[in-house]
Amino acid sequence: MSIMEYNGGSVVAMVGKNCVAIASDLRLGNQALTIATNFEKVFPVTDRIMLGMAGLASDVLTLRDRFRLLVNMYTIKEEREIEPETFAHLVSSTLYEKRFGPYFIEPIIAGLSKGSNKPFIASTDVIGCINFAKGFVVCGTATDKLFGVAESLWEPDLEPEDLFETISQTLMNAVDRDAFSGWGVVVHVITPEKAFTRYLRARMD
Amino acid sequence: MEVSFALTGKDYVIIAADQNAARSIIKMKGDEDKIKALGSHLLMAYSGEPGDTIQFAEYVERNLRLQQMRNNHPLRPQAAASWVRRSIADSLRSRNSYSVNILLGGYDMAENTPKLYWMDYLGTQSDVPYAAHGYGSYFALSLLDREVQKRLVISFPSFRVKVVDAEGVREVDVDMSV
Repeated sequence: MSIMEYNGGSVVAMVGKNCVAIASDLRLGNQALTIATNFEKVFPVTDRIMLGMAGLASDVLTLRDRFRLLVNMYTIKEEREIEPETFAHLVSSTLYEKRFGPYFIEPIIAGLSKGSNKPFIASTDVIGCINFAKGFVVCGTATDKLFGVAESLWEPDLEPEDLFETISQTLMNAVDRDAFSGWGVVVHVITPEKAFTRYLRARMD
Repeated sequence: MEVSFALTGKDYVIIAADQNAARSIIKMKGDEDKIKALGSHLLMAYSGEPGDTIQFAEYVERNLRLQQMRNNHPLRPQAAASWVRRSIADSLRSRNSYSVNILLGGYDMAENTPKLYWMDYLGTQSDVPYAAHGYGSYFALSLLDREVQKRLVISFPSFRVKVVDAEGVREVDVDMSV
């Protein structure tokens, strides 16, 4: 039994044309026992950045609070909103601070840059080694399945609605084959004009 | 070998916990109270490592009381749950962590809604309509009905039950002899 699989859960993020999407499942478990089906793993950082975390649920909550503090401090000091790239490095260094006793989560960052609206996604491992991916990033107990489905469904320059469809199908089909993820998914799409959130009922078993 | 259950209704939370104080195969007593009233509208059922449980429960109780005295206002269930969770999460990465599992139920007087939080010793927290800890959770989470008493292999003879609603905290007698 790995501590990374103790609570279950998966997150995925994808790049589209001037937009990004990030989605997670809603299950919270204790190994095979499901405790709750309303546990979201994606949190807003700014209006155009979202952070998703999969792994130990306790650390997901602790780091959600910690990043809220750190981003607020950054905003006050710099008198501007944090950029996605900068936030990715903030996540990385926060995790590496605990190099020899890490937080048991793998984060995914998705956002749009302020000026250029350039979509940005990244993920890191538990100690903060950043992976700047071009198309999509995945993490959680359904990682292997997500890679397979995303690899075949994703294509470059998807419009927001098409990206929503792609990420939804990717996550739903991947978690259906994973015992530790599922019980519905939540999808966030960020575009320069607006951001929207949709809850999807998948296989509820 | 402890169990605790809780569920929310339209305007109340009901919490039950077994009353056994046992060590290994020996049962010390059968009238232990494992549910603390942390305020006029807040209840906490605790289970886990004996010693840790009471120490932690009293630590929470006194800190929430201090908060209330300082600010002339009790913490709302959501805020109290966050504080308890943080205490557990911080203790988990210390040399001596509290092995305590908690069900925190309260009636939010500002929103007029019942609230229930499930927490384990790792600092996992979840806002749920019904919850359970211990072996009972395997049955209760899927059934949460009369079947519980019948199907549980280790059947506890009695339960101490407390309710919190708009009127505040009160204890109710439940006849388990059926």
